[in-house]
Amino acid sequence: MQLQHTIGGMTYSFRDLKDLLAKATPLRSGDELAGVAASSAVERAAAQMALADLPLRTFLKETIVPYEEDEVTRLIADSHDPAAFAPVSSLTVGGFRDWLLSDEATGEVLSGLAFGLTPEMVAAVSKLMRVQDLVAAGRKIQVVSRFRTTIGLAGRLSTRLQPNHPTDDVIGIAASMLDGLLLGSGDAVIGINPATDNVETTATLLRLIDAVRERYAIPTQSCVLAHVTTQMAAIERGAPLDLVFQSIAGTEKANASFGITLAMLDEAHAMARELGRGGENLMYFETGQGSALSADAHHGMDQQTCEARAYAVARRYKPLLVNTVVGFIGPEYLYDGKQILRAGLEDHFCGKLLGLPMGCDVCYTNHAEADQDDMDTLLTMLGTAGVNYIMGVPGADDVMLQYQSTSFHDALYLRQVLGLKPAPEFEAWLASDHASRLSEASPLHLTAGASACHKL
Amino acid sequence: MPQALSTLRRYTPARVALPSTGVSLATSEVLAFQLAHAQARDAVHVPLHLPSLALRLQQEAGVSQTLQLTTSAPDRAQYLRNPGLGRKLSDASRTQLVHGSYDLAIIVADGLSALAVERHAVDTLAALLPMLAEWTLAPIVLLTQARVAVGDEIGEALGAKCSLVLIGERPGLSSADSLGAYPTWDPRVGKTDADRNCVSNIRYGGLEPKAAAAKIFWYLQEAKRLGLSGTALKDGGIVELLNS
Repeated sequence: MQLQHTIGGMTYSFRDLKDLLAKATPLRSGDELAGVAASSAVERAAAQMALADLPLRTFLKETIVPYEEDEVTRLIADSHDPAAFAPVSSLTVGGFRDWLLSDEATGEVLSGLAFGLTPEMVAAVSKLMRVQDLVAAGRKIQVVSRFRTTIGLAGRLSTRLQPNHPTDDVIGIAASMLDGLLLGSGDAVIGINPATDNVETTATLLRLIDAVRERYAIPTQSCVLAHVTTQMAAIERGAPLDLVFQSIAGTEKANASFGITLAMLDEAHAMARELGRGGENLMYFETGQGSALSADAHHGMDQQTCEARAYAVARRYKPLLVNTVVGFIGPEYLYDGKQILRAGLEDHFCGKLLGLPMGCDVCYTNHAEADQDDMDTLLTMLGTAGVNYIMGVPGADDVMLQYQSTSFHDALYLRQVLGLKPAPEFEAWLASDHASRLSEASPLHLTAGASACHKL
Repeated sequence: MPQALSTLRRYTPARVALPSTGVSLATSEVLAFQLAHAQARDAVHVPLHLPSLALRLQQEAGVSQTLQLTTSAPDRAQYLRNPGLGRKLSDASRTQLVHGSYDLAIIVADGLSALAVERHAVDTLAALLPMLAEWTLAPIVLLTQARVAVGDEIGEALGAKCSLVLIGERPGLSSADSLGAYPTWDPRVGKTDADRNCVSNIRYGGLEPKAAAAKIFWYLQEAKRLGLSGTALKDGGIVELLNS
C-alpha cells in the first residue's frame, strides 16, 4: 500500500500506518519527545491528506502493535464487530469525518457503530477534525450509565466529588465532602485518591463514604482510587466498595507499568459483580495521553492513538465512569493550554464514539504553560460537547495530588451558562430534607457516624 | 453560609467554604488563587544549591560523605521538556560512582521543587539514618535536574541492594515544598514505577519528616525481608506502626 502524498511536486512518504498516524497528529510535545511527530507543518498537512484518502478497512488488515506481542491489540481485534462496522465499511478516513458531521449520522446511528470501530480508526478520524468538529460530533453521542444515579443523560452534567487530603485524615476528607455535597457536587461518584496505597486506609475511607451516604440517603457511589489489587484486598476484608477503580493505558507494556493485566481487571470486575451493590456498570477508569510513552511502552505510536487504545480496555468492562486526566501528566506530553484543550476534546470525542461514558478531569500542573483561563475554555467547550462529568475539587486546588482541576463552583458555572442539571436522582436529593439535614452537619458528625457504625 | 460551613477550614488545608458571588468565586479568592499559582510557578524554577545541602547534611544529620552529581539535563528548560535526560546521569557524573557492596544507596534530588529538598530532606534523613544502623550505606548522592528513575542507574552503579530517592514533588498551590521518597529493591536501569513504593507529601503540615522516616524505614525493612518492592509490597502494617 502506498502511504504518500504529493504537494507541489514534493512527495511525502510514510513508512507505515503508525508513522502516518503520528505525523498526521496535530502538534504536541509528547510526540516530539518520542521522536514520532511530523518534522514540519507541511509534512503534517501532507500526512493528514494521505490519511484522509486511506480506506477505514485498512485498519482491520494492518495492526499497529503486533497481535502476538500485545494483549490490547488482541482484545481490539478479537472484539471487533463486522456487522456494526458495515454502515461505514466503504468509507475513507476523510469520508468518515464528513459522514460523522452529516445529518445522517444521528446519535442513535453513532451509538450502534461503537463496537464496529477500532480505536485506531477513531484516533485517525479525530486527527482530521478541528475542535468544533470534535464538539459537534461528540455532542451527538449519548452514553448513559447507571448505579444509584443515572449519568450521561441529555441536559445533565455530573461531577465526581474529589475530597482528597494530604494525609488521608478522615475529618479533613469529610469537610471537603460536606462542602462539595452542599454545592451540588458528587452525583457521579465520591472518589478519594488516597495519599498512601494501603488496604487499611482504603477500607476506612470506603466506610466513611458509605456511612455518610447511608445516613443522608445520598444517591451516589463510593470509590477509593488505590491500586486495583489494594481494592480487591479491601473487598476481601468486607469494605463497602461500590466502584472498582484503575488507571489504564493502551498497550500491554504500559499496563504492566501500572502493575495490571487484563486478567487482573477481569478478576476485579468479577469481584465487584459478586458484591451485587450495583447493576451492570461497576468500574471506574482513568486514562491520559502520554502514559504509554512515560513507561516507554508506546511502540512508536503517537500518544493520542495510544490513548484511544486504552478505551478498548475500558469498554470491555461496561464502566460507569471513564475520564481522561488530560493535563495531569505534565508539559513534556501536553506543553500548554492549547495542547491540553485539543487533547481533552479529542479524548472526549474518541471515548464517546467508542461507546464510553466519558468525563474529563480538566486540569493542569504548575510546571505546564497553562492557567485558569485555559481551564475555563476547555471546561466550557466540554460542556458544549456534552461531557458526562467533570471533577469537583475544593477551590480547584487538589491539596494531595498537587495539581489544579475544576472546582465545585466551576461545575455550577457550567450548569448555569448551559442550562444543565445534575443526575435526576441527585437533583431530587438536593431538594430533599436529607440535603437540608446535611447542611446542619459538621465534619465531626460525619466521621463520628462512620467510626461508630463500622469500627474496624 | 450556614454556621457549620464557615468552620470547615479548621479541618482541612483544602479550599473549602469559599466566599462566592452568585455561583462564582468572590474577588478575594480569585486573587488569592492567582497568587498561589504564581508562587508555585516560581518554585519550579528555583535551583538547588548542592554545596550548602551537603554542609547541612553534615552538620544536622551527621552525613560525612556525599557525592555531588548532575544528570544529562543541561538546564531547567530541557529538563522539563525531556524527562529522559533527568533519568540519566551525565557522563562526568557516571565516572564518579565506584561499584561496591552496599545494602542501600540514598539519593537526594531536586525534582520539580528544590524548595522541598531544602526544607525537608535534612530532617527526614536526620530521623531515618539512626534507624539504619544495621544497613551498609553507600555515600549519599546529591543530584540536580533529576527524575526518580535516575536512582536505578545510581543504585546499580554503586552495587546497592536497594535505592531510596528523596526528591522534590511537583509543587501544588497550597504546598510548593512537598518531598517524595521512593524505595526500590534491586535497582537496575529499566525498572518501572510498579517496582517502587512511594511515600509522598513529606513536609510540615503534611506527613512530617519524623513520621515519614518511620514509614520509609518500614518499607525498606519489608523490601529487604521479602526481596521486593513496588505494588507487590502492601503497607498494611503502617497504620499500626504510626499509632504505636
